[in-house]
Amino acid sequence: MSAGTDDRASFERNTDLMAKSIDVSDLNIFYGSFLAVEGVNMTIPARSVTALIGPSGCGKSTFLRTLNRMHEVIPGARVEGKVVVDGNSLYDPTIDPVEVRRQVGMVFQRPNPFPTMSIADNVLAGLRLNNKKLKKSEAEDVVERSLKGANLWNEVKDRLGKPGMGLSGGQQQRLCIARAIAVRPQVLLMDEPCSALDPISTSAIEDLIHELRTDYTIVIVTHNMQQAARVSEDTAFFNLAGAGKPGRLIEMSPTKKIFSNPDEEATEAYISGRFG
Amino acid sequence: MTTTAPPPTTPPATPHLPLRSARLPRSAPALVAVASLAAAGVLALLLGWGIIAWAVVAGLLHLVAITVWSRAVENPRAATDRFVTSLIWMALIIAFVPLVSLLYIVVENGAGQIDGQFLTYSMRNVVGEGGGIYHSLVGTLLITLGATVISVPIGLMTSIYLVEYGARSKVAGWIRFLVDVMTGIPSIVAGLFAFALFALIFNDPGIHFGIGGSVALSLLMIPIVVRSAEEMLKLVPGDLREASYALGVPKWRTIVKVVIPTALPGIITGVTLAVSRVIGETAPLLIIAGSTDSSNFNLFGGQMSTLPVFIYYSYTQPGLNPEFAQGRAWGAALVLIVIVMLLNLLARVLGKAFAPKTGR
Repeated sequence: MSAGTDDRASFERNTDLMAKSIDVSDLNIFYGSFLAVEGVNMTIPARSVTALIGPSGCGKSTFLRTLNRMHEVIPGARVEGKVVVDGNSLYDPTIDPVEVRRQVGMVFQRPNPFPTMSIADNVLAGLRLNNKKLKKSEAEDVVERSLKGANLWNEVKDRLGKPGMGLSGGQQQRLCIARAIAVRPQVLLMDEPCSALDPISTSAIEDLIHELRTDYTIVIVTHNMQQAARVSEDTAFFNLAGAGKPGRLIEMSPTKKIFSNPDEEATEAYISGRFG
Repeated sequence: MTTTAPPPTTPPATPHLPLRSARLPRSAPALVAVASLAAAGVLALLLGWGIIAWAVVAGLLHLVAITVWSRAVENPRAATDRFVTSLIWMALIIAFVPLVSLLYIVVENGAGQIDGQFLTYSMRNVVGEGGGIYHSLVGTLLITLGATVISVPIGLMTSIYLVEYGARSKVAGWIRFLVDVMTGIPSIVAGLFAFALFALIFNDPGIHFGIGGSVALSLLMIPIVVRSAEEMLKLVPGDLREASYALGVPKWRTIVKVVIPTALPGIITGVTLAVSRVIGETAPLLIIAGSTDSSNFNLFGGQMSTLPVFIYYSYTQPGLNPEFAQGRAWGAALVLIVIVMLLNLLARVLGKAFAPKTGR
C-alpha cells in the first residue's frame, strides 16, 4: 500500500489496520452560500491524537465532519479544496463517500446507540448493516475485542443481549466508540465525546483514547482545554473574526507548545482565558 | 458572583411568605355537581322539561356555583381554574354520550344475534329467519386485506421519499399537497373511480369484483398511511441516521435497517388506524364490489358481499320478514365494531412488541 497513488481501488481494498495521516489543503467549507470555515491547511499525523479547540461556532465540528464526508449529509453543504488520506483525495468525484466513512469512523457528541438493537448488535451494527456475513464465533470475537477496546467489556459482558439504551450515558458513549472501532477504521473522529459525561466517564474515555492512539489516527474536538492538554500530541486552534465571518485555523503546533508558548497572540488569549 | 447583603436594618413587614390560603374541600366539584343535578331536576319536574334541558341547566348551574363558591372562599385564579376544569369535564362527558349510547344500542340489539350459525352461515337460500354473515365477513376481511396490501407499500414508500429524499424540495411539497387533497376525496368518488377504471379496462359496464373494492379503499387509505408514517419517520432522531452513515452504511440500508425499525411501532399504529377508517366504508363497495348472498373467496371474480353493504341492504331491503333482516343487520354492526376494536388491540400489542426497549 504505497502512499501517493491516486487509486480508489487500493483505498477500498485496504482492510488491514493501518492508521493514516490526513493532509488538508486550502479547504473552504460552505453551508449553502455561507462560508463557514475558510482556508484550512494542516497535516494530521498518523497514530497520534490531534485536538481541535476554539470558541463555539468557529467551525471545529464542521471541519471534523469534512474529514469523513459527513458534512455533505446536511442539505446544501459543500466543500472546496482538498482532503487527502493515504494519497486519496476524499472529494475526488470517483471516491464513494460510503467507502470513506468505512475507513474514517466517527463518535458523536451525544451518545447515539441504535435503540432497536442489543448491546452486542450495536457493536456489530457496522458489520451487520453492511451485510457482512459473520459466523457466530467471529461475531463474538468482534464484540469482545471491540468492547474490551472501548473499556466496556467488564461492565456489560453478562448482559450483551440487553438493549443498548439501558446503559448509562458514559457507558452508551463507550458503546458508540466500540461500535466505531468494530469496523476497524483507520482514522477515528471524535466530536466532543465527553461533553455530556461526568468526570468519571470522561476519565474512562480519556484512558481509552490513550490506548487507541497506538492503532488509530484520532482527531478530537473538545471545549475542555485540560482535556486537549491531557490527551493530544498536537493541537489546532480555530477562531473566527466575528459573528457571520468564517472560522479559520489560527495555529497548529505540538500541544506542549500551544499550551506553553503559542506563536499567535489570539491562541494565548484564548488558552489563558483572556478571550477576544 | 455572590455578594453579601448588608444585614437588614428593619424587620420585614410580613414574617412569613403567604403560602397558605383557604381551599375548597376535595369533594367540592362532586358536591356541586350533585347539588346542581338535584336543583335542575326539581326545576325539570316542576316545569315538565325533558332530559336534555335538565342536563343543560344542571351544567350551567354547576359552572356558576363552583366558580362563585371558589371565588368567595379561594381566590380569583383558583376560581378560573375550577371554571375551566369544569368546562373540560363537561366537554369530555358530551364527547362520551354518543359513543357510549352507540355502543350500548348496538350491543343491546346485536348481542342476541351472534351465535355459531350467525358467524358460519352465508345468506344463500335464506328467507326470513336463520342465515348468517359468513359471506360478508369473508368479503370484508379479504377486501380490506387487499386494500392494505396495496396501500402500505405505496404509502410507506411515499413517506420515505418525503422524509428521507424529498425533504424540502418542490416535488415533496406538491406530493404533500396532493396527499392532503386525497384525504378529502369523498368515498363515493373513490368507488366511482375504481368502477370507471375497471369498467374501461375490461370493457364491462357491469363489472363487480372484490379487488376493485380494494383499489377504491386503498385510495382512501394511502393518504392516511402516508401522513402517519411521515410523522413517525420524522420523529426518528437525525443522530441515528448520522451514526449509521458514519459506520459506512449506505443511505438505503440506513433507512431499511435503522430508520424503519425505530419508527415501526408508530407505523403499525398508523396502518391500523387507516384500516379501521376504511373497513366500515359502504359507498365505494356498493358500487364496485357489489352484493351477494353466497360466500365468494375470489377477490378477482364475481360479486363480493361486505359487512357494511350487508348492513345497508338488510336495513333498506329487509324483504318479507323485516324483523329477521334487521336483527342480522344489528348483529353484523356489532361484529364490525368488534373487528375494529380487535384491530386496535392488535396494533397496541404489536406496537409494544416492536417498541425500542430500554432494558430497565
